[in-house]
Amino acid sequence: MNTTIHPFDIEKLADMRAPVDFNQRNRLMPVEKNFKAQIAHITPLTDREKLFHIRILDAAERQRFTFLPGQFVMLEVPGFGEIPVSIAGDPSIRGYIELCIRKAGTVTGVLHSAQPGARVGIRGPFGTHFPMDQMVGSDVLLIAGGLGLAPLRAPIFHVTQNRPDYRNVHILYGTADPGQLLFDFEYKQWERIYGCDLRIIVERPDDGWTGQVGLITKLFDAIDVDPDDTYAIVCGPPVMFKFICNRLSDMGVPMHRIYVSLERRMHCGMGKCCRCNIGSTYTCIGGPVFDYWTVMNLKESI
Amino acid sequence: MLFKTVSKDEFEKLVGIMLESNEVVAPTRVESDVHGDPIHEYLPVESFDEIDLNYETTAHSAKTYFLPYRENLSTYTFEAGDWGQEIGYRAMPRILLGLHACDINGLLKLDKVLARDVFPSPYYVSRRQNTFVVGIDHEPCDGGFCHAVGADTVTHGFDLFLTDLGETYLVEIKSSRGYSMLGQVKTQDVSDADTQAFKAVRHRITEQFTTDLDIQDLPNLLDMEFESEVWTKWGEKCLSCGSCAMSCPTCYCYGVEERASMDWKTGSKSKRLYACTIVDFAEVSGGRNFRPDRKTRLKYRFYHQHRGFVESYDEPKCVGCNRCGRACLVGIHPAEVIGDLQREERL
Repeated sequence: MNTTIHPFDIEKLADMRAPVDFNQRNRLMPVEKNFKAQIAHITPLTDREKLFHIRILDAAERQRFTFLPGQFVMLEVPGFGEIPVSIAGDPSIRGYIELCIRKAGTVTGVLHSAQPGARVGIRGPFGTHFPMDQMVGSDVLLIAGGLGLAPLRAPIFHVTQNRPDYRNVHILYGTADPGQLLFDFEYKQWERIYGCDLRIIVERPDDGWTGQVGLITKLFDAIDVDPDDTYAIVCGPPVMFKFICNRLSDMGVPMHRIYVSLERRMHCGMGKCCRCNIGSTYTCIGGPVFDYWTVMNLKESI
Repeated sequence: MLFKTVSKDEFEKLVGIMLESNEVVAPTRVESDVHGDPIHEYLPVESFDEIDLNYETTAHSAKTYFLPYRENLSTYTFEAGDWGQEIGYRAMPRILLGLHACDINGLLKLDKVLARDVFPSPYYVSRRQNTFVVGIDHEPCDGGFCHAVGADTVTHGFDLFLTDLGETYLVEIKSSRGYSMLGQVKTQDVSDADTQAFKAVRHRITEQFTTDLDIQDLPNLLDMEFESEVWTKWGEKCLSCGSCAMSCPTCYCYGVEERASMDWKTGSKSKRLYACTIVDFAEVSGGRNFRPDRKTRLKYRFYHQHRGFVESYDEPKCVGCNRCGRACLVGIHPAEVIGDLQREERL
């Protein structure tokens, strides 16, 4: 008689040996597998933020890596740690990932001292995306506060590249001071090539500032919003969400057409570590992109 | 499913056979508390004598054999500006003997999150599949409210399940490997008398549940009482120590940390079980904390147990074992907190 329990060797399963693809969310796979990637180029943006151009090294992995505007990746610097970062790059380019990162902690600190050529790990993409397809034919309001322009840049890429699909496009952007403006080298393109209505406001102007001064909500005074046919994407600090989303709601824009991207602590990106859980919803699975109605129903979400 | 009976002598023989070729983890008396009552834990044993199947409960659940408190996720080697990653998902077979229904129900809930939902965890699946689970019926434990959350009986998630009929065990056989295992000792078919005896045992157990708790209205109530003073009352007691989550059979949250050797030749990424009551649980980069107060974290814990999980899986995450209540240094008992919420509602 056999007295031993037969070992179950998970690594022999076909699913476990097939290439990792984080877009197949229900498949059993080696979820800790990193796509090895190289920092190809680093663009300084402000004194706190840099744009990292990251390229997945393996050609097949690069081909499999596709993301939608609003999704995020887990970026790992082996030996230091892993952090969630929303993708700030162009969704139409495969395996080439742009991440706008503020120096704030251990991992971001080491990234800010890294040189091009450094090798990092990427897992993802994870999370929900902005429903760009639903917005076709409508007015689009793209609203960002501070670092919120980073997650907003992917939908801006999508909208500008498919500009004829969308009606009026307004980009509203506010920061604390002019020194914190991100991606200033792209503003003219958005305005003059793609015909977007770009409006920028700062709270604390410096001597050279000639633009508007005040809070971002002030920008609404000058634009016409068609509440029956407008979609809005709002990215920024939580305090901004409330003011902007309530303002939009008061203007008559339905809550289910207002989208926000929430920030939460994450240690896995896969609905396991629970750190991003808001009552019943994992921000990494059910979010980070939520419509405002859902946000209103998530306790403590903003 | 199949049923057999096995004499207690033959069962002891079976455990001996199990011990010959597998690691066996079973309830063991490890200490006495201040009242002289025994403290049990699920620990690896080497002989049948170390096992105490008449235990009331264990201080810790058996989840550590599926979700270790610390677990390596991947290992790195560093060389010449590059790194290599190694990950191992294999697990050794293990027999987990003497689990109560609540703990097997706890495993079923973990299965839902870790084995069947999006991104199934290969670490968990590997351990779960390699664990042979033997459950056993028992008298209700002090303070447990498993019947109120529907976790006092269990219909699957194990290989064998024992009910003590006095001289013999009635064995429910749930898997082919369970059948093979049991086949190594003498068993009898179930007689009418055995069936009657089984019913009597079940009836006796059910009759002994005394906790008066109804969780039907809890998901809505938790929403409506979100700003309730009840959370201040209990939250101000909470020490944010995380003992509740550590002893809970269904708490699975964790934190990930990385280390590198002093010479930067190797590194590791490992996870450590965490607790939502610990202060930095929801703190994000830059220092913003989404749940800075003890009461909001304690509330969140109840919210996840009794509303969030219900929304996702139509059942509470809690199995009513009251280990958190027993582990809590300041006497936060889940049944009392829930009772408080419901009382306020009735006023």
